[in-house]
Amino acid sequence: MGINILGAFNYWVVVVLMMIGLYIVITHNNLVKKLIGINIFQTSIFILFISMGKISGGTAPIITGTNTVYSSPLPHVLILTAIVVGISTTALGLAIVIRLYHAFGTVEDDEIQQEIE
Amino acid sequence: MTVTVINIILLCLLVITALAINKQRNLFAATMLTGIYSLICASLFVCLDAVDVAFTEAAVGAGIATILFLGTLALTGFEEKTRVKISIPALLLVSITGGLLIYGIQDMPAFGDANTPVQTYLSGKYIDESATEIGVPNLVTSVLASYRGYDTFGETTVIFTAGIGVLMLLGRGRKNRKGLLDEDDA
Repeated sequence: MGINILGAFNYWVVVVLMMIGLYIVITHNNLVKKLIGINIFQTSIFILFISMGKISGGTAPIITGTNTVYSSPLPHVLILTAIVVGISTTALGLAIVIRLYHAFGTVEDDEIQQEIE
Repeated sequence: MTVTVINIILLCLLVITALAINKQRNLFAATMLTGIYSLICASLFVCLDAVDVAFTEAAVGAGIATILFLGTLALTGFEEKTRVKISIPALLLVSITGGLLIYGIQDMPAFGDANTPVQTYLSGKYIDESATEIGVPNLVTSVLASYRGYDTFGETTVIFTAGIGVLMLLGRGRKNRKGLLDEDDA
């Protein structure tokens, strides 16, 4: 049982981090803070993928000539792509926040809502 | 064993940092904590053998993202206006979602297991044949640039689209400083 909990510890932490990110997105009114929450959310998914690629006693997937065990390179590649896509969406989100600030003079969600009504 | 201990310590640090970000009202401090969070994440990736991902996360997550956030904060203000209250409905929703996800991960194979589909399905082929087919010692590079080159092509398309989007959003704002509301009035 002890080994079982240790074996799934990474996944538990992934869920906890994901939920902290979601909680930040739900509860905070500030749009920049919401984007920080989204960042935490997506980083937890990166950790999930990289954890699945890890193999006990393995090394980084760079061929050195000696016969060793390598962790799977495929999740690493997928997450490299995801990191870059993540920063693109963050940049776009921040641009929208700046645009909203120009239009409404605030980046607080509730104040923008009031302004619209 | 050492790797497992370091792994657990870094994961705990990540949770603590994330909770600190949630509590922090000063957005400058929250951004700095996000940088720290990304750096701990990068250390964790090194621990989990993903060195390429680690330096991308350190450069992009801790570097570029922090700069983008600080640039935005310089324009929009460094303080969150409303104090964070513990929201019961949000907490309830998050616990239910988290509970469902934890129920879902019960079926996940144990951490570090060699007999999972991730390890047995394609990576063996990459490890055995990449040296003769591509000739690059770093497997991540050969998979990224050759075997899954279309993914990378799609990624550059996404960056291009995002770049155009940012330029359109901000470029228009610069020309017409008064913003959307005044356009509506006119």
